[in-house]
Amino acid sequence: MQVPAPFEYERATSVDHALALLERHGPEARVIAGGHSLLPMMKLRLARPEMLIDINDLSDLDYIKIDSGEIAVGAMTRHVSILDSALLAEHYSIFREAEKVIADPIVRNRGTIGGSFCQADPSEDLSAVGAALRATMVIRSSSGTRTVAARDFHDGPYQTLVGPAEMLVEIRFPIRPGSGSAYEKVERRAGDWAIAAAGTFVRLDGDTVADCGIGLTAVGVEHFACGAAEDFLRGKQATADNIAAAGQICHDAADPQADQRGPVDYKRHLARELVTRALTRSAARARGEKV
Amino acid sequence: MDVTMNVNGDEVTRDVEPRLLLVHFLRDELRLTGTHWGCDTSNCGACTVWIDQQPVKSCTTLAVMAGGHDVRTVEDLDPGTGLDPVQEGFMLEHGLQCGFCTPGMMMTARWLLDKNPDPDEATIRECISGNICRCTGYENIVRAVRWAANHEADATANQPEGASA
Ligand SMILES: Cc1cc2nc3c(=O)[nH]c(=O)nc-3n(C[C@H](O)[C@H](O)[C@H](O)COP(=O)(O)OP(=O)(O)OC[C@H]3O[C@@H](n4cnc5c(N)ncnc54)[C@H](O)[C@@H]3O)c2cc1C
Ligand code: FES
Ligand code: FES
Repeated sequence: MQVPAPFEYERATSVDHALALLERHGPEARVIAGGHSLLPMMKLRLARPEMLIDINDLSDLDYIKIDSGEIAVGAMTRHVSILDSALLAEHYSIFREAEKVIADPIVRNRGTIGGSFCQADPSEDLSAVGAALRATMVIRSSSGTRTVAARDFHDGPYQTLVGPAEMLVEIRFPIRPGSGSAYEKVERRAGDWAIAAAGTFVRLDGDTVADCGIGLTAVGVEHFACGAAEDFLRGKQATADNIAAAGQICHDAADPQADQRGPVDYKRHLARELVTRALTRSAARARGEKV
Repeated sequence: MDVTMNVNGDEVTRDVEPRLLLVHFLRDELRLTGTHWGCDTSNCGACTVWIDQQPVKSCTTLAVMAGGHDVRTVEDLDPGTGLDPVQEGFMLEHGLQCGFCTPGMMMTARWLLDKNPDPDEATIRECISGNICRCTGYENIVRAVRWAANHEADATANQPEGASA
C-alpha cells in the first residue's frame, strides 16, 4: 500500500488566504489542486510536503472567458472543462484535440490546467499547447501580480518560475483570427503519457505563413517549443515541402531520452512526423477547410 | 482532523489523518468495500466513486478533500429499490468475470448514461478508458452498457402518457 508521509492540511478560502498560508508555512508547504500529479509523487515519497493547502474551493479560479482580446483560463479549470469548452474550440482546435488524449475521462474530471503547468512534467501536453500558442502565465503573490511568457515559465524538468510564496492564477492565450491549430500525439495505449506529441498553430496571409507556433512535448526541446522551425516557416508559402522542412528542423532540435516508451531515433522520427501533420492540418484549417 | 461528508445520502464524520486516501476511508472506516483498490497509481479505475456527481479515482483523492462534498459509491446504485439498469446489464450481458473492475466500471457507466442516454460503442469505449478490465476484453462490458441504455430508452418510451420523466 502506498501511503504519503504525514503532513498537515488546510483549505484555502481565497487566493489571498492560500498565499498567506504559503508565506506562513514556507517552502515545505505546497498547494494541492487536482492532486493527480502531486498525490502519486507523495505516495512514492518523491515529494514530502509538510503542509498541503487545498485550493479546490477557489471556484473563482475556475473559468474560461474572453478578457481584453485574449482567452483567459483560470488555474483551477479542470481538463474536462477545457475539453468541453465551446469558446476554446471556436478559437483553437488544439485544445479539444490535446485534451481528448490527456489521461482518461476520470482523471480529466480532477486534473487542472494550473496543476499541469506547475507540475512541469517534461511529457506534459498542455505545456506544449501553451508554448505553441505563446501563452502568458499570470503569477500572484501577496505583493502583487506578475506575468511570464509560457516559453520562460519552465526552468527545467519539474521546475517552474513560480516561487514558494506564489501561485499561478491564470493562463492567457492570444486570439488570432484567420489561424488554424492542431494537436498530434502518439501514446502506447489509451490514456498514457506521450511518447511524443506536437501542437501547432498557423496564421495565413493568402497562402503565406504570417505567423506560426510549434510546441513539442516528451522529446527534449527547451521550453516545449521549436523557435528555429517557426522562424524558418514564417514568411514562406504553406506548401507541403516547406512544412516538411519545418518538421525536419524539429527532428534535428529534438533531444529525447530513450526509455520504456521508445528509443531516441523513434522519438525524433515522431517529432518530425507529428509536427508535419499538425502544421498541415493547422494550415488547412486556416484556409477554412474542415479537417 | 475531523472530516464530514455525505456518503450515499448519509452524513458521516470521522477523525482521520490528512494522508488517508478516500478509497481507504470508504473501505476501512465505513466498511463500504464495494469500492475496490487495485493499482494504487491512478491507472486502473477500480477505485472509481463519484464526488458531486462526477467519477473520480478515490486512490488519488484525500479523504479530507472530499469533506463537505457528496460521495456516491457502488453500494448506492441499488439503494434498496432494485438493481440499477447498469447492474442488470452487467448481469445479463456477462459484463464481468472476476468482478474486480466492475464497481468502478459501473460507476463510470452510470455517469455516462446520465450525460448521454444513447452512447455509441466508440463513446462507451472512450468513456471507460480509465477503467481497466483484465478479464472480459471489454466486449461484454460495452454490451452491458448498451443493454442499460436500451432498457432505459424503452422504459421512457413505455411510460404512461402524462407521467413525468
Ligand atoms: C493516470 C494519469 C494519466 C495522466 N496522463 C497524462 C497525459 O497523458 N498528459 C498530461 O499532460 N498529463 C497527464 N496526467 C497528469 C494530469 O494531467 C494531472 O492532473 C496534471 O498534471 C496535474 O494537475 P493537478 O491539478 O492534478 O495538479 P496537482 O497534482 O494538484 O499539482 C501538481 C503540482 O502543481 C502545483 N500546483 C497546482 N496548482 C498550482 C497553482 N495554481 N499555483 C502553483 N502551483 C500549483 C502543486 O503544488 C504540485 O506541485 C496524468 C495523470 C494521471 C494520474
Ligand atoms: S486503485 Fe485507484 S486507479 Fe487503480
Ligand atoms: S472482470 Fe476481472 S478485471 Fe474486469
